Amino acid sequence: MTIVRETLLPPAPPPRRTGGPVGWLRTNLFSGPGNTLTTLVILAGLALLLPPVFRFLVTDAVWSGGAGEACRPEVAGRPVGACWAFIGAKINYLVYGSYPAAERWRPNLFFGLVALSAVWMLWLDAPRRGLGAVFVFLVGPLLSYGLLAGTPVLALAPVATSLWGGILVTLVVSLVGIVAALPLGILLALGRRSDLPVLRYACIGFIEFWRGVPLITVLFMANVMLPLFLPGDLTVDRLVRPLVGIALFASAYMAEVVRGGLQAIPAGQGRAALALGLTRVQALRLVILPQALKVVVPGIVNTLIGLFKDTTLVSIVGIADFIRVLEAARADPRWSAPTIPATAYAFAALFYLAVCFSMARYAAFIERRLAAGERGRA
Amino acid sequence: MRSLPIPLLAALLAASPALTQTAVRAQADTLAQVRARGHLVCGVSGGVAGFSMPDGQGRWHGLDVDFCRALAAAIFDDPDAVRFIPQSSAARFTALQSGEIDVLARNTTWTLSRDTAAMNFPVITFFDGQGFLVRKSLAITAVKQLDRATICLQQGTTTELNTADWFRTRGLSYQVVTFANSEQTLGAYESGRCDAYSTDKSSLYGERLKTAHPEAHVILEEAISKEPFAPGVRQGDDAWRDLVAWTHYAMIDAEEAGISQANVDRLRGETLSPDVKRILGLEGRYGQGLGLTGDWAYRIVHHVGNYGDVFARNLGDGTPLKIPRGLNALWTNGGLHYGPPIR
Repeated sequence: MTIVRETLLPPAPPPRRTGGPVGWLRTNLFSGPGNTLTTLVILAGLALLLPPVFRFLVTDAVWSGGAGEACRPEVAGRPVGACWAFIGAKINYLVYGSYPAAERWRPNLFFGLVALSAVWMLWLDAPRRGLGAVFVFLVGPLLSYGLLAGTPVLALAPVATSLWGGILVTLVVSLVGIVAALPLGILLALGRRSDLPVLRYACIGFIEFWRGVPLITVLFMANVMLPLFLPGDLTVDRLVRPLVGIALFASAYMAEVVRGGLQAIPAGQGRAALALGLTRVQALRLVILPQALKVVVPGIVNTLIGLFKDTTLVSIVGIADFIRVLEAARADPRWSAPTIPATAYAFAALFYLAVCFSMARYAAFIERRLAAGERGRA
Repeated sequence: MRSLPIPLLAALLAASPALTQTAVRAQADTLAQVRARGHLVCGVSGGVAGFSMPDGQGRWHGLDVDFCRALAAAIFDDPDAVRFIPQSSAARFTALQSGEIDVLARNTTWTLSRDTAAMNFPVITFFDGQGFLVRKSLAITAVKQLDRATICLQQGTTTELNTADWFRTRGLSYQVVTFANSEQTLGAYESGRCDAYSTDKSSLYGERLKTAHPEAHVILEEAISKEPFAPGVRQGDDAWRDLVAWTHYAMIDAEEAGISQANVDRLRGETLSPDVKRILGLEGRYGQGLGLTGDWAYRIVHHVGNYGDVFARNLGDGTPLKIPRGLNALWTNGGLHYGPPIR
């Protein structure tokens, strides 16, 4: 018996294309009946949604005009979408609130400072990043406060915080939250894992208290109730009160995120570091925290994005944040047209989307970069 | 690694003179506090067309705003010596009680329970009432023609109760559809879900402008409730209460005497009328009783105007709102504004 094939095999069909655009489509979008169906449904949904949105925001939009009349269909002579002329007319109020016009260079400089700090801290190859951290967490806040509120040291006239408003206030509130929440949260997380019972229970109590009350309650207490309780003739500025509330609130959440990271680090890491002769602080700073924070980057960014959006709650307690000034601006009867409310909210959505999306993208970049070690191992 | 930050932060806040300021406690002499501070702090609604709203540069306008400016003009001879703090309807009374604001000019309806519980209402600055917005094509002229109609209302406001009372006492039937906010309510009305949209008349004029075809809707003359808007002050400071009341009366008396922002400076030089002379402080020293200078009313009219000027500038023909004076005309013109004599 021989096992020899006598005839040639019929030629096999050529392999399905996996390269090129067609191949990419086939493997990624239409690889099976389920996948094909999903792709088609999503495409149909997009085809249904995107054109009207684009039409509203761009094609049918009114870009210029001196009053709300320009955004009325019968005046424009065509269907009218977003009334960007309204945003244009109100932009100074939306950005600065009632900040005196002659002093607007100060918020502008503040925006510049924020951009500079962001680049310094976020661009990983930036020079002197250690100095940058000191700047962001110490010099920056003090300088910004002096700049915005005015101080004799810098020879700047005082500008009451009740005049601040719009994007300026939203940025101030979120940045204070972010800048305070990170270090405070790390300290609280470490305190919660401390061996010292008093410290540990103090931290647990603090964290559980702030996590247990809604932010809106905190703000209400800070802005409405606190003045009733304060002794003597002392009140804290009405913008600072909710700022402190938000900072403490955010730090409690941040503490739990960071604690998650600390727990993910095997105990052996710390012991090994101590065995190598590092002090406890060094072990924490050089071995444990860098690894723990890396693990929780998504959680931290998640908290920060949530914090950024939560700051709109200050509008309830009479702080003129971005949403509040938008609401106030569209009450103007000179600018009343059917699409004005939708325009205002579309503008707010774009603003928040731009900021939150950038934060998320930066976090993704950091994650990829920090994960380089794991990629090499796998 | 000790948990220093919280007490430290609190201590810093309490100690830093830049972040704190001497306040503004409740009782005491409000006028003296305002003088010492150098400006008035006025609680406004912040975003109600014609009453208080900021322009593109962040400068505030409106009837409530101008009232505060008049108060500031009377005290400081400077209508800009005033800070406006937007107050939510939930926080407004506490803000006044805690001393955060000196006066609440926030289109607040004067009611007995509010007057006795929280604050004083020195004077009514605007007479409003719940009205109805209907399509012109329905050819309705009176509220009672809305029998069996569907009415759009905003949730959680007194409009629901008012409507129920009014229709029930007249034995008329109606249907109510409520919505969470004014956008939704107006949208439902416009889409034909309801025959009428009901809220305060002063707001209806602004709401009508937001519709696609404002000229296709009318606001019924009739009002089914009394909504007297009054500034609020803290209880227990009669001098301040007088000052707030007379700021309004000065504007009313000025209008009645024919003194307006346009002619006040001319009249001051050449008037012979003893009435006008008394108002402008050329005769007698009536401002002293209020703790002000003799020309307090002149300052108000010069900087802000009389009530008619303020009304026209913010609500009347000078604006897209075009709210008729109606109840807000002087008593001599069939309205309700009646100023006690300055003498």
